[in-house]
Amino acid sequence: MEYFVHILVITGIYVILTLSLNLVVGYTGLAALGHAAFSCVGAYASSLLAMNYGVSPWLGLPIGACSAAVLGAVVGAPSLRLKGDYLALATFGLGVIVYSIAKNWVAVTRGPMGLPGIPGFSIFGIQLSGVWAYLILVAVFVFLTYFVLRRVVKSPFGRILRGIREDEVAALAMGKNVNKYKIIVFMVGAFFAGIAGSLYAHYITFIDPSSFTVMESITILLMVVFGGMGSLGGSFAGAAVLVIFPELLRFLGMPSSVAAPLRQMIYGLLLIVLMLKRPQGILGTYRWK
Amino acid sequence: MLLEVKNLMARYGAVMALKDISFDVGEGEIVAMIGPNGAGKSTALNAISGVLEATDGSIDSGQILFEGKNIRGLRTDELVAEGISLVPEGRRVFPTMTVLENLQMGAYKRNDKAAIQQDIESVLSLLPQLKERMKQKAGTLSTGEQQMLAMGRALMLKPKLLLADEPSLGLSPNYLELVFDKLVEINKNGTSILLVEQNASEALEIAHRGYVFSIGEIVLEDTGKNLLRDEKVKKSFLGGL
Repeated sequence: MEYFVHILVITGIYVILTLSLNLVVGYTGLAALGHAAFSCVGAYASSLLAMNYGVSPWLGLPIGACSAAVLGAVVGAPSLRLKGDYLALATFGLGVIVYSIAKNWVAVTRGPMGLPGIPGFSIFGIQLSGVWAYLILVAVFVFLTYFVLRRVVKSPFGRILRGIREDEVAALAMGKNVNKYKIIVFMVGAFFAGIAGSLYAHYITFIDPSSFTVMESITILLMVVFGGMGSLGGSFAGAAVLVIFPELLRFLGMPSSVAAPLRQMIYGLLLIVLMLKRPQGILGTYRWK
Repeated sequence: MLLEVKNLMARYGAVMALKDISFDVGEGEIVAMIGPNGAGKSTALNAISGVLEATDGSIDSGQILFEGKNIRGLRTDELVAEGISLVPEGRRVFPTMTVLENLQMGAYKRNDKAAIQQDIESVLSLLPQLKERMKQKAGTLSTGEQQMLAMGRALMLKPKLLLADEPSLGLSPNYLELVFDKLVEINKNGTSILLVEQNASEALEIAHRGYVFSIGEIVLEDTGKNLLRDEKVKKSFLGGL
């Protein structure tokens, strides 16, 4: 049972990541490949604050999220000049840089040794422990993220974002300061990714750079595309399917030497089939141009 | 003068697109810029609207004055605030957004719902073709309807000067007539129009004045009527009408 709840907690964290990346990629149409870098900053910021200065995760989490948002503004800057594949490569590069810093700045991050024993959340002096407590905590943040992003995408602000996605020059001609909106979107996306990273760190109580590789960013992007770009409901579906499905394949009851590679192959096949049969994703309406 | 352009030089990378051109648009005028492909008409329009920089071009020198104020180098959104709005070439409506949402995109920096609704009503009374299409996605409209929408969207910005880039491009003859009629009507309601057109005869018919472009230069300037009768213009652009 614990195992199932653990999977749900992880799913919830991925839902936050997917929702926030969907705002950037799905709603605004900016090809961003460095989302794990933002959760990395959120995770390390609140973990280090908690371990070195005894800062409560309740304070560390928003600080981590804000640090991620600052990085978001930095990553957003190239998006003003680059489009499509070029932007994807630039954000990819920034993802690699953040990963390398986490790995090599041993004095602060302890590098590949990681940070063990990160304190968890506590409520009124009682330490939250066990998967159930974290399930509730993560669920609260999932709903918070969903609620805020829903407000954002349904607002006139969200309409402008879709306008930028559909036709940047036309959005310009409509008097929209496209550059400003792009930066804001990157910051909002990074903020929520920072929250996800911080939740992950305090839940698992151990982080190392390997949790925030560029491959991780690609997985999150897959969840966005799989669930449906420009669909918040799709982000739930995408994250849930891609976290839970590989776990289900564990129960096929094959010898482990066959099971592991087969799992990867079935997973890959599933992705190919879905993209052929439903390129807009499970719940999406928008396709990549 | 509402708009004055003096000695404008612009380029795309190494390619000189405008070689020292000057023109102007008066209050309440329709001014047409005609000429063959690649003569620099659209470049001139993009230079005014600030879209040039966003499409990899740049202005080398020259002045662009709007109501006497230098607007060269302003961002597009700042130009919109000054009262200049663009109907881009090829319409460029937001295809997966509804007609209503497209019009709302034009509601510039305002939150006053009642006033926005009123503006939408007045655009619809000018362009009734859009009325039954409000909930439809803009990408599903016909080319002519999309042109109406692009014009309506630009009007939502309440411009003093409307820049129209090739509004007749790809339109059926019926819609072509309609689009030019609507431009005249918009002009009568008090908006000055700077029109770039390949369809020279239609454009010159509604224009008060016109400029003829050729390879980055203005080679002729006169009233619309005189240009229509001009032998050289007839030969070059009007197919010997």
